[in-house]
Amino acid sequence: MTNQPPFIRINSVSRVFNGGNGVHDLSLDIPRGSFVVLLGPSGCGKSTTLRLIAGLETADQGSIAIDGKDVTSAPPSKRGLSMVFQSYALFPHLSVAENIIFGLKVRKTHKDEIKTRLEDALRVTGLEGYEDRKPAQLSGGQRQRVALARAIVAGHPLCLMDEPLSNLDAKLRHAVRKDIRDLQQRLGITVVYVTHDQTEAMSMADIVILMKDGRIEQIGNPADLYLKPATAFAAGFVGSPPMTLIPASALPASVIPDGLDANNLTFGIRPEDLILSTGQNDHPWGIPATVTGSEFLGAETFIFVAIPGTDGATARLPGRVEISPGTEVSLSWAGAAAHWFDGEHGHRLTPTVPGTSAQDTKITSQPDTATSTL
Amino acid sequence: MNEMARLQKRRLALYGWMLAAPALALMSLFAFYPAIATFWHSLFSRGTSRRPSVFAGFENYGDLFADPTFWTVATNNLIYAGVTIPVSIIFALVMALWANAHIPARSFVRSAYFTPTILPMIAAANLWLFFYTPDLGVIDQITGFFGASPTNWLGQPETALASVIIVTIWKEAGFFMIFYLAALQTIPPDLREAARIEGAGRWTYTRRVLLPLLMPTTIFVFVNAMINSVKLIDHLFILTKGGPNNASKLILYWIWEMAFAYFDSPHAAAMTILVLLALGLVAVAQFRLVEKRTHYR
Repeated sequence: MTNQPPFIRINSVSRVFNGGNGVHDLSLDIPRGSFVVLLGPSGCGKSTTLRLIAGLETADQGSIAIDGKDVTSAPPSKRGLSMVFQSYALFPHLSVAENIIFGLKVRKTHKDEIKTRLEDALRVTGLEGYEDRKPAQLSGGQRQRVALARAIVAGHPLCLMDEPLSNLDAKLRHAVRKDIRDLQQRLGITVVYVTHDQTEAMSMADIVILMKDGRIEQIGNPADLYLKPATAFAAGFVGSPPMTLIPASALPASVIPDGLDANNLTFGIRPEDLILSTGQNDHPWGIPATVTGSEFLGAETFIFVAIPGTDGATARLPGRVEISPGTEVSLSWAGAAAHWFDGEHGHRLTPTVPGTSAQDTKITSQPDTATSTL
Repeated sequence: MNEMARLQKRRLALYGWMLAAPALALMSLFAFYPAIATFWHSLFSRGTSRRPSVFAGFENYGDLFADPTFWTVATNNLIYAGVTIPVSIIFALVMALWANAHIPARSFVRSAYFTPTILPMIAAANLWLFFYTPDLGVIDQITGFFGASPTNWLGQPETALASVIIVTIWKEAGFFMIFYLAALQTIPPDLREAARIEGAGRWTYTRRVLLPLLMPTTIFVFVNAMINSVKLIDHLFILTKGGPNNASKLILYWIWEMAFAYFDSPHAAAMTILVLLALGLVAVAQFRLVEKRTHYR
């Protein structure tokens, strides 16, 4: 973001496995002290990217530098990083304390220092009093904290996390999300965090790197990803429920902005931007649709509608809304709320209609260039 | 209510006994009774047609301790156990680590290591008889190639026991490897990666993580190896018959000899009781000492 050199620089790295998975020609800069989330569906290469940074995988080509040092062929222990595994990878035969100081002991750290660092780590993660327990005697959340404590005890400036919350229940996940974020802020470390859960990415990240099929789909802060998805894939992946994507050919020609080809165009609309009207007409135009169902969630209601020639759409309405299935409705939206994507390649298209994007300055979509400077 | 609870408790106890009964009956018939009968038998003198057997107290045991063969055989068996147990365990572990690694032809390596286990001990012993044949055998062919003179490996007291020990290790290591291999496959690869990130090399990982996690398997294998070191004597019948001059005679072979070659069953019974006693003591010590230091998942 600023002019200081990036903390991690990945330069056109490829690592391809048998069967085609892996990462392809990936370039990426990660600034110091940031919380970076690698987001994507399974098999998109996000874990591989993390393991490449960790040194658990070796790049077929390209180079990786951490803190200005080229570490492409350095072993994991020489890269000055720690890692939290999805399974936590705690040593089952060692107590909590022994698990945490495993690395310090291996590196032959002085006894007194081990002691102070252990106490610090236990205090920070709230594990005091559990030092002598074995991992099997801990709850899932406590195990997760042991894994965190082990990651921060060495004081490495970089911490890698591979889906650390996926084994926790939903309630705990929310709390730990905040804890991890706080911890990262307090210690001022750089965190690279892998997840397939877009909620985690949106709530924790400074920078989200959305990946698909071993390539970067979009890099940006969470708001960018949500408000200006660079591709149809990004639009469909981020947000819950995701953006409705329908081929523009199913829409009346009048709503399609000038200069865009309706035959090769995808229209996207966030559920909260969709306006449902049942009355005859309070809006100059509307797309006819049929309500197929609804979900009441307390503060909001999701309405699912079927539009002929499409997979349907979702609307998010505040409060409680009762519409019985089968009701005919008319869909509309404010012009600026619509997103337009190339129908074939999926990249974002900016209509040149004045007034459609008041707050947008300029959107450059480069779906085929993987390099992005943050 | 109280009455009901007591009845229920009694019924559960009854169920317990009923479930245990078949095993208990069979164990009594085939293990406990023979053991007690053997002990009883060991207290009587050997009966002949002219002198019937009489109660002799612990005389048979005294005879055994006075017999120099007893000490030779006991020493032989201690050496035999002392070498075969640790060496076959170490070989098994090394082979398992090797066969578990990502190497080409992994399944071939595994089955090659396992082959000796499939062979009956008698067949294996016959095979090794050829290997050990002076001058013509494989071993002498190889040593002869380097200029060594032919050796009668099985026929001289200095090498007979060692030759028997090698056959046993060859036979056992592959079997124990299977258990280690199974245990290794339950250890998640994450642990290895976590250790690598923490800066642990191959050796540190093996010593601090792998071996402790394999400890339950090691105990199991150790107990098996110990039992085999007393029990496994099939190959002696083919290879040395305990000779030359008792140099390769093991306890069980000696007991067999006393009972079925010399028909001296009271002394054989006394020796059997001594072996049972020794094994029992070792088992108790093992459970007391090693169990505590083992992590079971």
